Amino acid sequence: MTEPIDAFAAAQSISRRDAVVHSAALTTEQRSHILRRDYEDPDALRRLAGRIKQHTLDHLDHYLEQAVSTLEKNGVHVHFAPTAEAACRIVLGILQKAGARSVVKSKSMVSEEIHLNDYLARHGITSLETDLGEFIVQIDGDTPSHIVRPIIHKRRDEVARSFEAHGLGAYDDDPETITRRARRHLRRHYLASDAGITGANFLSAESGRLVIVTNEGNARFCMAPNRLHIALLGLEKIVPRDRDLSLFLNLLARSATAQQLTVYTQFIRGPRAPSQPSGPDTMHLVLLDNGRTEILGTSCREILRCIRCGACQNVCPVYRQASGHAYRTVYGGPVGAVLSPLLAGPEFSAYADLPRASTLCGACQEVCPVDIPIPELLLRLRAKGKGAGIIGPDAPPMQAFGAVATSPGLWRLGLKVSKTMNLFPAKWVPWKPLQQWLRLRTLPRWEGGVFRAWMRNRQNGSRRRPSPDPDNKS
Amino acid sequence: MTRPSDRDGIFQAIRRALANLPERTPLPDYDEALPIAWNRLSEGDLWQAFARNFQAVHGRLLHSVDALKVFLREGGYREGYCDPALRGVVGEPLVAAGLTVHFEYRREDCERYAFGITRATAAVAETGSLVLDDEHTADRLAALSPWVHVGVLHPTEIHRSVGEALAALGDSVNTIWCTGPSKTADIEGILIKGVHGPGEEICLSLEAVPALDSRR
Repeated sequence: MTEPIDAFAAAQSISRRDAVVHSAALTTEQRSHILRRDYEDPDALRRLAGRIKQHTLDHLDHYLEQAVSTLEKNGVHVHFAPTAEAACRIVLGILQKAGARSVVKSKSMVSEEIHLNDYLARHGITSLETDLGEFIVQIDGDTPSHIVRPIIHKRRDEVARSFEAHGLGAYDDDPETITRRARRHLRRHYLASDAGITGANFLSAESGRLVIVTNEGNARFCMAPNRLHIALLGLEKIVPRDRDLSLFLNLLARSATAQQLTVYTQFIRGPRAPSQPSGPDTMHLVLLDNGRTEILGTSCREILRCIRCGACQNVCPVYRQASGHAYRTVYGGPVGAVLSPLLAGPEFSAYADLPRASTLCGACQEVCPVDIPIPELLLRLRAKGKGAGIIGPDAPPMQAFGAVATSPGLWRLGLKVSKTMNLFPAKWVPWKPLQQWLRLRTLPRWEGGVFRAWMRNRQNGSRRRPSPDPDNKS
Repeated sequence: MTRPSDRDGIFQAIRRALANLPERTPLPDYDEALPIAWNRLSEGDLWQAFARNFQAVHGRLLHSVDALKVFLREGGYREGYCDPALRGVVGEPLVAAGLTVHFEYRREDCERYAFGITRATAAVAETGSLVLDDEHTADRLAALSPWVHVGVLHPTEIHRSVGEALAALGDSVNTIWCTGPSKTADIEGILIKGVHGPGEEICLSLEAVPALDSRR
C-alpha cells in the first residue's frame, strides 16, 4: 500500500513531470527576481499583507456586512450560498429566470470547487470556459492542475491534438497558431452568449468594489457584450479598504506570474453606467461559504488568507514531482494540502495523506504573499489525522522507538548495534513495517554515537575552548 | 435564490467561529507609499517612467496623430472605429490619410475593426497602465475587440503610482486598467499577445485633447 498522492505521482509520465518541473521552477525564479528588484524588503510586504488579511478574517462579520450593504446600495444582487450545491442552485435560478441557455465563463477557482459547469450542463445550460488554459482543460475533459496555470502539465503537441480532435483546425503545435484559433472560436461565443460568469480576486468592504484580474482580457469579454453578469466569490476574499488593494495587487501579480501588475485589472461596483452602451444591466454576486466558516474558528484559520497566486505550488518540491492532479481536488500543492482536507469536512480522512506529503522544508511560507504558516498548518492537520486514528499506510508503529528513546541504556545499546546496518542493504531490515517504510526512503549512512562520543571527550563543556581539530593542522 | 435563513446562518456561523478566538489581529497601520516600486519611477519625469514601464509590457506610447497614422499604415490596419468625441482630433485626420474610420461601433461588424480608438482616463507611471473608466469610454467593446487599441489622453492625465490611481477611482462604477496588450503564457510558458483582447495596446498622449474634469 502507498499513499494515494504517491500512487498518482508514480503513475505520471516523465514528459508531464518535466513540463511541471520546468514551468514551476522558472516562475519561482522570476518571482524572486522581480520582488527583489522592485522592493528593498519584500518579506516585510508579505508579512504586512498577511496581517491585513488576518485582521479582515478576524473581523469577517463586520467587513462582510459592510461589503454587502455597499454592494446592495450599488444595485448588486447579493446571494449567500452555504454549500456548493446551494451556490450552483442559485446560479441556475438566476440563469433560468433570465431565460439564458448559454454562458461564457472566465477562470474562477470557486466555480471549479462547486463543479458549476457540470451542474449547469445537467440542467441544459452550456457554460464555456474562455481562459485559454481552462478552455483546453474543458475540451479535453480534464481538470486544472495549477491555480494560475491550469495546463501546466500539458505540452504543446497534446494541445494541438486536442484542437484537431475538436475541429479547431489541422494539427499545428505552434502556440501562436493555437492561440489565434482559440481567439476566433471564442469570440463568436462571447457575442452569442446570454450571460457572463466570472470569479473575483478581491472585494473591498469600504467601496463594495469587486476586483477581477486576468491577463487575457477574457473576464472583460465575458461581461462587455452581455446584459447579465454573475460573479462568484469565496467569502474570505474581502479586504478592508481600497487603499489596501495597492499592496495586494502588487503582491498578487509578482507572486503569481512575476508581473508588476496583471494586464487587465477591473474595478466593478455594479451594473454598467447608463451612458455605457456595452456591459451588464444586472449584476449578481454569489458569496460562497462551503466550509469556510468552519475553518474560521480553528487553528488552521490562517489558510483563509490565501489569494490564490500559486507561488507555493511552484516552489514546492512535492508539487513539482506529483503535479496538481495528485491532490485529487481543485486546490493542489501546499495550499491544497491544507485547504482540501479542511474543505472536505466529514470526508477529511480521504485527503489526510495530503498534509503528510510534505518535507516541511518551509519554502511555501517563504514565498506566500500573505505569509501563511503552511508548514505549521500541515503539522496541525497531521496531528488532527492522528487524533482521528488516521495513519499512513506505511507508517511504522512508533511504540518500540518510544521505549528505546526513553531508556538511556537501551538507547546506547541501540546506537552500537545499529552501526551494523551500514554493512547490509536497508531492505534486509528484519522487520516488515520498517521495510515498507524504507521502500520510498533512502537512509543516510549510520553515524549514530558520534555526538555522544564527542560530548564524553569534552572536558567541562562550555567553560573551555574546544580542543583543536586534529585534521586541521594549520 | 438566497433564502434569508442562509444569510443569517452564514453570519451566525462567522460570529460563532470568531467568538472562540483567543485574540483578534488589529488592523496594521502602514505607510501608503510602502508598496510603491520606486525603481520604476527613478529616472526622468512621470511620462518618461510611464513610457519605460509601458514599453516593458509591450505597450507603445505615441505623441502625435501623425505617428499613429504611420503606425496604422505600416501595420496594415486600414479600417477601424473612433470614439465620436475624438472625431476632430484623431478620427478626421485618419480619414484624410486614407483610412476607413467608423464613428459608431456596431457589434455585428466587430471583425472589421482592426483598430479601436477610445478616450482613456489616465495613465499610471509606476506600472505602465492605461486607465479606462466606463464613464469616458465610448464603448467597452471598442477598446477590447479590435487588434489595435488606442487610448487617447491629455498629458496632464497621469498618476504616479497604483495607490494614487486607486485613490482616483472615486465613485466610478466600472474602471479597467490595461497594462499592455492581452497576453497568455498558458502553453508551455510561451508568451503570446492578443489572446482575446488587443494584440497592440497604444497610448496616444495629445495636448489637443481637452482634459477630463477630474473633480467628478
